[in-house]
Amino acid sequence: MKDFPYTESKDTRSGFGAGLLELGRTNPNVVGLCADLTGSLKMDAFQKEFPERFFQVGIAEANMIGLAAGMTIGGKIPFTGTFANFSTGRVYDQIRQSVAYSGKNVKICASHAGLTLGEDGATHQILEDLGMMKMLPHMTVINPCDFNQTKAATIAIAEHEGPVYLRFGRPVVPNFTPADQKFEIGKAVVLNEGKDVSIFATGHLVWKAILAGKLLAEQGIDAEIINIHTIKPLDEEAILKSVSKTRCVVSAEEHQFNGGLGDSIAQLLARKMPLPLEMVGVNDSFGESGTPDQLMEKYGLNENAIVEAVKTVMARK
Amino acid sequence: MNPFNKNVDELNQMASQVRRDILRMVHAVNSGHPGGSLGCTEFLVTLYFKVMDHNPKFDMDGVGEDLFFLSNGHISPVWYSVLARSGYFDVKELATFRKLNSRLQGHPATHEHLPGIRIASGSLGQGLSAALGAAQAKKLNNDDKLVYVLMGDGEIEEGQVWEAAMYAHHHKVDNLIATIDVNGQQIDGPTDAVMSLGNLRAKWEAFGWKVLETQGNNIDELLPTLEEAKSLTVQGQPIMILMHTEMGYGIDFMMGSHKWHGVAPNDAQLQQALLQAAETAGDY
Repeated sequence: MKDFPYTESKDTRSGFGAGLLELGRTNPNVVGLCADLTGSLKMDAFQKEFPERFFQVGIAEANMIGLAAGMTIGGKIPFTGTFANFSTGRVYDQIRQSVAYSGKNVKICASHAGLTLGEDGATHQILEDLGMMKMLPHMTVINPCDFNQTKAATIAIAEHEGPVYLRFGRPVVPNFTPADQKFEIGKAVVLNEGKDVSIFATGHLVWKAILAGKLLAEQGIDAEIINIHTIKPLDEEAILKSVSKTRCVVSAEEHQFNGGLGDSIAQLLARKMPLPLEMVGVNDSFGESGTPDQLMEKYGLNENAIVEAVKTVMARK
Repeated sequence: MNPFNKNVDELNQMASQVRRDILRMVHAVNSGHPGGSLGCTEFLVTLYFKVMDHNPKFDMDGVGEDLFFLSNGHISPVWYSVLARSGYFDVKELATFRKLNSRLQGHPATHEHLPGIRIASGSLGQGLSAALGAAQAKKLNNDDKLVYVLMGDGEIEEGQVWEAAMYAHHHKVDNLIATIDVNGQQIDGPTDAVMSLGNLRAKWEAFGWKVLETQGNNIDELLPTLEEAKSLTVQGQPIMILMHTEMGYGIDFMMGSHKWHGVAPNDAQLQQALLQAAETAGDY
């Protein structure tokens, strides 16, 4: 099992803020919109340096999505910022009609996704957002794993013509992705090569998958660990290549089973390579208040849950 | 400068032809929304053939020209007719309205790349937001042209409209002229019965807008109002025109009732209606 050295832990939302600031300096068409969560989204540095390209919309997310769609007419590249819950479910119809169906170049950037939002509880802990967004035709869906990858993804999506949903979160997590690693939309990142099982993880579960890989290695299990940072378009080639070697799969994500990464992989396997799959995620449940670590433990979204899933799926080979 | 710059007589002539187009389009597929389309005919004809500086050689970004957004997308027949009659696409294509493989979808869409359409509409309440975004993009681009948007009166029951209303004032979006088609009707009946709109002027003024009122089926009154609205732009305030119209205007048996909101005329009704709208520019 490879080692993944890192010097500090940081939040992925700060990676977004850093990426947006850099875009502000390099791409004059990039504009930012925020619905009264500028500090939480880490958009304040962009706001301070580019006040004429930053639009405070107040607590009015539906209007924000419409504004962003309109700003693309004239060549702007709008980045909207609010919590994942208010970025998706609250404005699904606005995204569907004004952005996705209209083919607008809007980047919907969503923080505080999933259980790791913590104490605020289930009203804010959306676990359905990847599913809603991936169902929309033409929507690209990205869920990076750490600060560096979120920063790189933020920069990369500005170069991509078309609507994008970029999901990140609040907790600090080990920042292990090399700062110079190019972000390629739709291209899986093989973190560790192995022969016994394929673990496909996304977002905050990528680091948990690495921890699980170490625990598995101690037990003599050689896990292949792949970071699926792009949920859509799914890197089918990388997934099938790995599974054809390991013959069994575990998916891991901070999301409902329905609509998430595991769901996408299950569809792929059923169509192309029917082999056993176990899913680590939330099974048709809302979250609740608690610390992020407590919630990830209670809802089975940590390294121990991945290890258990690996043992279960290997027994099904 | 408007590429046609028609006078009032010519605008009325064109409105008559557009009414024929609307009636024939919805009749041909036995679906669509003639009532609101007929009520807004003078407005769209006046915009496209007199008021707006626009280029029928369509460019999505529309830099250096006035833009129009239709928020109440169900009145697509009148917009499609006016776009075709002003050269965005061949009038023959009006015959494809609502048919399979057509660019003229039931509600306007960019998906099929119909020239003149810059965003999909139909799910109500979204057009003002998009228009505001486009207006702000114009400012960022140092483009001094204007953005126009039309909404229905029933449509403003949607909450997003009021989010946008608040935003326009706060951000001083003064290169935008919004219009509400105040016909007092919506699908389930008169707006007063379905959801009272109250004092629209007071509401929009309270939201910080400059409000004008006009009679939308009388070009002699509508045109000066639009010119006045233009003269009031770039003064720090968004502009709203409350345009009083009659749903189904111009066709006696369709006028003033919500019953023709989303119902097409049958063969006999079509013939009766066409007698009331002279063919002035050649049927498609």
